[in-house]
Amino acid sequence: MHELSLVEGILAIVREELAKHGLCRLLRVRVKHGALTAVVPEALETAFEVLTAGTDLAGALLETELVPLSVRCRSCGQEFSPKDEDRFLMPCPACGAELGHTVLTGRELLIDSIEAE
Amino acid sequence: MQVEVARPILESNDTGAAQLRRRFAAHGLLVLNLLSSPGSGKTTLLERTLTDLRGMLRFGVIEGDCQTENDARRVAATGARAVQINTYGGCHLDSAMVAQACDQLGLEDLDVLVIENVGNLVCPAEFDLGEDAKITILSVTEGDDKPEKYPFIFSQSQVMLLSKIDLLPYVPFDPERASTFARAVNPDLAIFPVAALTGQGMDAWYTWLKERLAAKRQDH
Repeated sequence: MHELSLVEGILAIVREELAKHGLCRLLRVRVKHGALTAVVPEALETAFEVLTAGTDLAGALLETELVPLSVRCRSCGQEFSPKDEDRFLMPCPACGAELGHTVLTGRELLIDSIEAE
Repeated sequence: MQVEVARPILESNDTGAAQLRRRFAAHGLLVLNLLSSPGSGKTTLLERTLTDLRGMLRFGVIEGDCQTENDARRVAATGARAVQINTYGGCHLDSAMVAQACDQLGLEDLDVLVIENVGNLVCPAEFDLGEDAKITILSVTEGDDKPEKYPFIFSQSQVMLLSKIDLLPYVPFDPERASTFARAVNPDLAIFPVAALTGQGMDAWYTWLKERLAAKRQDH
């Protein structure tokens, strides 16, 4: 729901990176978002279009990549990716322990790379 | 050409939150980020807390709402120092808004700063405001499966205030079920059943507040 704020953050970083590398035309932004973040890719794309329209960044593409959830079992240390239907209790496939595991991936919300000229 | 960036999208918010955290620590201030859906009774609960603890703790309040200064006025009526942030449709407060509100409020001579976030169980959870703890209110007029539907916010909170328990005889809400769900996503969550209108259960919440402030002062 806060995709507009996220895109404002994205654009601020993109402009810094363009300036840093002496680039002026942005072609593509690649964003990684973890399964545990409340990001809706379609809403992010729409917000990106809206906030770049009529600016020097108009026409650039936003690509999103979902980073799946992976955890390390709190009991036996097994690393696994809970299936969607097991997202709540996260039973460990090795020992059956539920909940309280350490999240390894799935919290990311970052700009991975940009393409520009 | 391709440029590897690998920078967090919320980095400017996170940087702002880290600055706020240092500023709060310098004042030995306990800072709470108060979260809930709209209509859970956040402001009523806050008014009661401020009134009951008046003379014991000095409170500052930052009120976040889409529109109006109604809440800041209600809170200021208890004698607490309050400022209002209007987000004009924005779904959350961010660290820059809070920094500005702190300038306006002034942090001197305060013990506890309460930031009442915009009523929303999704977005505010992602934005660090430099707080010591997130406090989520769940009222018994909502579904008892809220912690299951919005696990992220409950997993990020240190306290769940189960509010409006004076209405339990009239609503099909199972406090046991809500607490079980909430503890499932967050085993360390402190849960206090309270009723702001009758005062029921509020003492346990006040004790938690005073203990946390004492702990913060000790670190200071």
